[in-house]
Amino acid sequence: MPAEPVQYMTRIRDQYAKLGYKPYQWVANEEPSAWQPMRKPLSECRLTLIASGGIYVTGQVAFHFKDDASFRAIPTDTKTEDLRFAHFAYDTTDAKIDPNVVFPIDTLRGLVKEGVIGELSEHAFTFMGGIYSSRRVRDELAPQLSERAIAEKADVALLVPV
Amino acid sequence: MSMTSALDITRSVNPPRAAFLNFPLGHTCGKPNEPELNRQIMLDTLESLTSMTKPGSIKMLPYKWSEDDKWGRTAMTEGDQRVERYDTPQYQNEDDRRRAEEHAGESEECHVCVSYSGDSK
Repeated sequence: MPAEPVQYMTRIRDQYAKLGYKPYQWVANEEPSAWQPMRKPLSECRLTLIASGGIYVTGQVAFHFKDDASFRAIPTDTKTEDLRFAHFAYDTTDAKIDPNVVFPIDTLRGLVKEGVIGELSEHAFTFMGGIYSSRRVRDELAPQLSERAIAEKADVALLVPV
Repeated sequence: MSMTSALDITRSVNPPRAAFLNFPLGHTCGKPNEPELNRQIMLDTLESLTSMTKPGSIKMLPYKWSEDDKWGRTAMTEGDQRVERYDTPQYQNEDDRRRAEEHAGESEECHVCVSYSGDSK
């Protein structure tokens, strides 16, 4: 590794302590979630992109910043120039220049054209990941996202956090 | 399959498969306007789908953000640049706001473009 990976949990813990906040309760899963082996080659799979970088399409309601647990369905043939960003916890400068840095839609569309990926599902799903309640994400948002991915017959889900 | 640029958080969350890219936050999939790099990052990521056998595996992608690690040290010391947590939609520009409000006027509820979970903001 050229540079040591940034220790975000330590940084945020120290920041919160300086601000007099209670320590953040990070999700710590002893066991990984259920393992699903690939049933067919990726070139025959339908892939669903799920991204937390606060991406929306012009015309949709933008995310707000106070534990917004909503999501957006973005048609996977959306023009890249119609993508927008609403997020408070990362610098969106480069995302606005090239959405692919956190919403790799052109990258994925290119790999479908090349035959590496079979196809993309009809929609990609996005949300604004700065949600402090992990319970809300687990109990409200995540089940809806997986329901939508299953309804669109995804074989593979690609999760892109920020 | 998860991509990530926050190794410690990913280890804690423990997804079935992850690929770690040691880039600053906001660059989980690569660099702006570098499609060839981003394509390689994605190919390396997706390769894990077939090569990984152990749940909780994290592939360390070999790409460097820059020749030095100054960005990492800055990221540790300056903390995140969070803005205020507004509770109204934060449009990137006014045209977006206008389009969204026009669209809302057209139909009672748009099931395709907006999905809420719980509260009806």
